[in-house]
Amino acid sequence: MGKSARGFGVDSIGRRDGFDEMTGTGGDLRQPYARLQDWVQAMPVELRSLKQAEAEALFRRIGITFAVYGEGGDPDRLIPFDMFPRVFSAAEWARLERGIKQRARALNAFLVDVYGRGEIVRAGRIPSRLVYRNEAYEKEVAGFVPPKGVYSHIVGIDIVRTGPDRFHVLEDNCRTPSGVSYMLESREIMMRMFPDLFRENRIEPVDNYSEVLRRTLASVAPLKCDGDPNVVILTPGHYNSAYYEHSLLADLMGVDLVEGQDLFVEGEYVYARTTEGPKRVDVIYRRIDDAFLDPLCFRPDSMVGVPGLMDVYRSGGVSICSAPGAGVADDKAVYTYVPEMVRFYLGEEPLLENVQTWQCGKAEDLAYVLDRLPELVVKEVHGSGGYGMLVGPKASREEVERFRALLTADPGNYIAQPTLALSTVPTFVEEGVAPRHVDLRPYCLVGERIELVPGGLTRVALKEGSLVVNSSQGGGVKDTWVLAE
Amino acid sequence: MLSRTAENLYWIARYMERADTAARLLEVGSRISLIPTAHGYRSEWDSLLQATGMAAGFAAKYGDPVQRNLESWLFFDRDNPSSVASCITAARENGRIVRTALTTQVWDALNTAFQELKQLEREERSRLDLSRLTDWVMRHAAMLRGAIDATLLRNDGFNFLNIGYYLERGDNTARLLDVKYYVLLPRVEFVGSGLDNYQWTTLLRAMGAHRAFHWAYGGEVTAAKIAHFLILNPQSPRSLITCVGGIANHLARIAKAYGRETPVQARAGDMLAGLEGETVERVFEEGLHEYLTRFIGEAAALGHAVHEAYFSGEMR
Repeated sequence: MGKSARGFGVDSIGRRDGFDEMTGTGGDLRQPYARLQDWVQAMPVELRSLKQAEAEALFRRIGITFAVYGEGGDPDRLIPFDMFPRVFSAAEWARLERGIKQRARALNAFLVDVYGRGEIVRAGRIPSRLVYRNEAYEKEVAGFVPPKGVYSHIVGIDIVRTGPDRFHVLEDNCRTPSGVSYMLESREIMMRMFPDLFRENRIEPVDNYSEVLRRTLASVAPLKCDGDPNVVILTPGHYNSAYYEHSLLADLMGVDLVEGQDLFVEGEYVYARTTEGPKRVDVIYRRIDDAFLDPLCFRPDSMVGVPGLMDVYRSGGVSICSAPGAGVADDKAVYTYVPEMVRFYLGEEPLLENVQTWQCGKAEDLAYVLDRLPELVVKEVHGSGGYGMLVGPKASREEVERFRALLTADPGNYIAQPTLALSTVPTFVEEGVAPRHVDLRPYCLVGERIELVPGGLTRVALKEGSLVVNSSQGGGVKDTWVLAE
Repeated sequence: MLSRTAENLYWIARYMERADTAARLLEVGSRISLIPTAHGYRSEWDSLLQATGMAAGFAAKYGDPVQRNLESWLFFDRDNPSSVASCITAARENGRIVRTALTTQVWDALNTAFQELKQLEREERSRLDLSRLTDWVMRHAAMLRGAIDATLLRNDGFNFLNIGYYLERGDNTARLLDVKYYVLLPRVEFVGSGLDNYQWTTLLRAMGAHRAFHWAYGGEVTAAKIAHFLILNPQSPRSLITCVGGIANHLARIAKAYGRETPVQARAGDMLAGLEGETVERVFEEGLHEYLTRFIGEAAALGHAVHEAYFSGEMR
């Protein structure tokens, strides 16, 4: 399947059982979409194609061209934008919000714990090897508690919907989830093109995201910072596929967008090279991986990092967001235990369900998975970007057999999940409007407070029946609305 | 501002001005080569490339200076870091990095030049005549300049951009003037001949200063008048004194905004004072070529000092 298969596999059941967010399962118009029906019915075909062209021109002019999840490919490629919005009612969102914040809290509690006393491991609630033998576990920060006890400051939680009240978390992204620029720009473009829609529907704004992000980052300034914290965004550079997003966020927050070469360590602090001389940096929102942060601590061949950064970090001279080591909370094997984390640290029942997951490392799970391989989605525990993944119902017999061999050889490296009947949202297609499958990535901000801007990135699989929302596989984006009470 | 951002802005200006010069050079070379001379156009193209420091690269790739190859080299060739294509691409790349420090209009000007360049590259070469190419470059350079002047915030970034413009322009004026020197002076008997005048006029034309010159001086075109116009006349937009004055002015604004001076302000001040006290007679006494060579060296040192003071980010 190569890179095509990241996400959630294939709908084995077909659309007849699927839940459509506008028409439900029975075909009755659902309330949040009430006004959109009039809107779409009143729109002449010519106007539609005109608007579509206008939207594309706007995106191109803004220069927002990147691969949402670092899927690679042409850096100047545009991701298709679908004008039909995806809508949540206030009540639906309130529920989602509670679940998302709960999960973000639990994930951070877990991170502080496993780099500290490791209570959850001692209590036997998660296998020790999944934590301490995890590739993403950074021994370098063991024993260190970041300011405000936050490791993951921007938690991107990928959610799919299978019914009016059923939401499942597909995966957590605790490191540096991308795509928020699409949330912001999709809204800008919709407001510019269809101002009437925003008058008729009371839609919660998302444009304060950058303000909340800035506040969140400033709130985790290190103790040694005595004034107004100097926040910067650290980018790997302008060849990175998400560079546009990095520069947009820097611009919106009014902070400097720096590369590793712009920073240097002297004494106990990190400084930026400015035209007025060295300027101390207090908080670094980094958009590079742990491994590249500091060549003296991690990969010595890193050209995008800052030598000595980790020493300053560990002595409380600078904050790094997300904190190095946050990745241990978001791999696919640890994912299974997030509901446990919620119970263990918060003493609450999880509000958002996981997708049922079989750990192939367990003998009984492996037996089940091997038995039903053609129905399941199989993923590599550390895989990302969709590499090393099997989508049973869409795979050839040879592929299934190849995975059977892989699973047998190294079962601990894989997990399996059922294929889900994802919800659909009406989408503009060649022939008119048709249901297409979607997912959702909200961006939860964690600092002194936990905040969630009402909205997120909705990705849509533009091909009929497809469940693959990756932009490289014909996926697009939609504006995501949350209606006010 | 971030040192790297300032440096990117500075290089946007330098590359765009350099592209402009490459186009003008192409025009000077072509016009001069249209006139038959004792030694044919080959050696003149050669001295032209010598003066601009592009001779070795050209010889390595193409050998003899044939008009068509020269056009490729100066306009389209990415192996030549000073070709129009290389410069416009580099300017746009620097712009992309600092997108947020630019206005939409400035970015549009940069981006449009780049997109159109890609179209030109796809066109059949035989359909592209030289004057169209050079006009195209000058038009886009002017559009960028206009967008900067009309829309950019007058902050430190604006000052660094302008320092880049003036530094590059001063260097290029000196080099273009030197081209004339190289082409002409080795053959003393041509001084004051029709050919001599034709070449001087071509030079002025290439700098877009033909009419301006006549307004300012009138009468016969002489080496002394042109040297005065392009070196010492503060009215001339490309003269060395205008360029150094511009640099000194923008450096002073930066010093004022930052509340402190660096050694680079003093250096620019010295250069400007030197030019203000200069006369054409003394320039020719020193030798025009020697004078220009010295200027090019001093301008490079000034650029280096700007780098030390502001782009290294280490000066305290």
